[in-house]
Amino acid sequence: MSARLPELTVDSVTGIDVALPVAGAGARAYAFLIDWVIRLILGLAWYSVATVVHNGDLSLALPSQTDARWFVAVVAPALAIYFLYHPVLETLMRGRTPGKRMAGVSIISRDGSAPGVGALLTRNVFRLIDSLPLFYGIGLIAVMATHEHRRIGDLAAGTLLVYDTPASSTPAAAANPAAHARFDVVGVELVSELLERWPLLTSQARCQLALQLLARQGLKTDVSSGADEATLHAQLERLVASSAPRSA
Amino acid sequence: MSSSARRQALTANLLSRMPLWREADARARRLALGHLDEASDAIRLAQDYRLLAHDLARVRTLLPGTRTREYLEGAYARAHVTLHRGAWRADRALISLFRDELPAAVRWLLPYILWCTAIFILTVLAGYALVHEYPELIGLFASPELIATVERGQLWTEGLLNVVPSSVLSVQILTNNIVVTLFAYCAGILFGLGTLYILGLNGLMLGAVFAFVGQHGLAKQLFSFIVAHGCVELSVMCLSGAAGAALGEALVRPGPGGRSESFRIAALRSGKLLGACALLLVGAGLIEGYVSPNPRFSLATRVVIGVGYWLFMLALLSGRLFPRRHTVS
Repeated sequence: MSARLPELTVDSVTGIDVALPVAGAGARAYAFLIDWVIRLILGLAWYSVATVVHNGDLSLALPSQTDARWFVAVVAPALAIYFLYHPVLETLMRGRTPGKRMAGVSIISRDGSAPGVGALLTRNVFRLIDSLPLFYGIGLIAVMATHEHRRIGDLAAGTLLVYDTPASSTPAAAANPAAHARFDVVGVELVSELLERWPLLTSQARCQLALQLLARQGLKTDVSSGADEATLHAQLERLVASSAPRSA
Repeated sequence: MSSSARRQALTANLLSRMPLWREADARARRLALGHLDEASDAIRLAQDYRLLAHDLARVRTLLPGTRTREYLEGAYARAHVTLHRGAWRADRALISLFRDELPAAVRWLLPYILWCTAIFILTVLAGYALVHEYPELIGLFASPELIATVERGQLWTEGLLNVVPSSVLSVQILTNNIVVTLFAYCAGILFGLGTLYILGLNGLMLGAVFAFVGQHGLAKQLFSFIVAHGCVELSVMCLSGAAGAALGEALVRPGPGGRSESFRIAALRSGKLLGACALLLVGAGLIEGYVSPNPRFSLATRVVIGVGYWLFMLALLSGRLFPRRHTVS
């Protein structure tokens, strides 16, 4: 078993709460670094290609004096790619970026839903504070100091970063599930609960419920409605036993 | 039959549903990536969600601390997040932001906007009065180069286009203004004091510089330079100050939900305004780069542009740019 990660517990309409593993400073830094490399490469690529096109040859030489066309076509888009990467991609990809996807994390609201445009923009505005004084110093301190590893932007936007994928792979416990697939789990649960409450029920209730459950499992009963309880009890126990795993 | 045998039977039955879990998880992953094979897949996800919830509840009891539980927790969480992601389109989200959410944010911030505007005007008057009475204090607000230029009887804006092209000037100005505006907002995290400092300092500088250029007979030229872009630029300064003040008040006087919750609510409500402010500053920057330093534009033209852009700002903030279509029943 892996070490337990801090979890965000979200209420669900099913009544079964959802546990979302919260990403810490390491996963955040990993995703940020990937994104940083991507936006740097994209920005430099634009700058290089646009400069070559602008100069009309293969040189990357800067213009000798401030040139409006060069600035608008080369510098401004490259800066826009670099600085607008996070707000634009997080909005379009709904809380993800290529770096976050590769790191297996995504941004969610505290209720487990995808964050809205306003929340994502607010989160990005506060990068100004989180990035102070250098290398996301304030953001890093906030992530380490808060229970759910949230930077100031997350606190403001009501968001947090969670892992997309569970820590474990598919369990091998059900090596041969087909061998146990004869009965549905709800039916077996009901039979099991009936057997547990058997002594507390009246004779009529025992027989009625037992017959209903056996019929639900599609089994023909070899007793009539007036059958003795012992036969029905034995039949129910056989049903539960037959659904148990068989030793190899 | 013993209870442990029954438990074993239940466990076996649960594990027999592993193929269903895998199928549900694969479907949730596909839908999360937007790879929808059929519309029925989306409907099936809701059924999967119930199935996973039911089985997870059993697994939490029967198999706590196992990889099966971990796997099912992950599959259930993924189904939950995918199901609650919902349909979403960027264009509709943006229209909703500008048509509904932004006007609501402005209405909520109205008292803060009025207060911040009043504070800004007072600091402009204070800066003006200070330098008018004590001209030597201009050294606190303006650079030595600016002072020397004005003392020569010139504005620092004259001949600006001979030095820097309009496009470059626009981008430099709008970038600087956007950063200042966002900082004024974010500085609200210092219990509102940071915002008030930036707002007050800008007001003092504006008033002081106006008083100083007025003493050298250049007030009309400065007004002529500022009026085209300044109406919106100064309004945006007050708007971002109001948003920052709202953040500060949420921290100083938190509601019943606590400081963190109050901060979140205030930031989410007021943050929407910042997107509009940034857009407006792009326009103001273009005007400041192309219109304001260009002597070919008369004062009347500049006033029309400035007031017109300011009215556009009002229409944007009140949601009138994106009216709802009325359906006839």
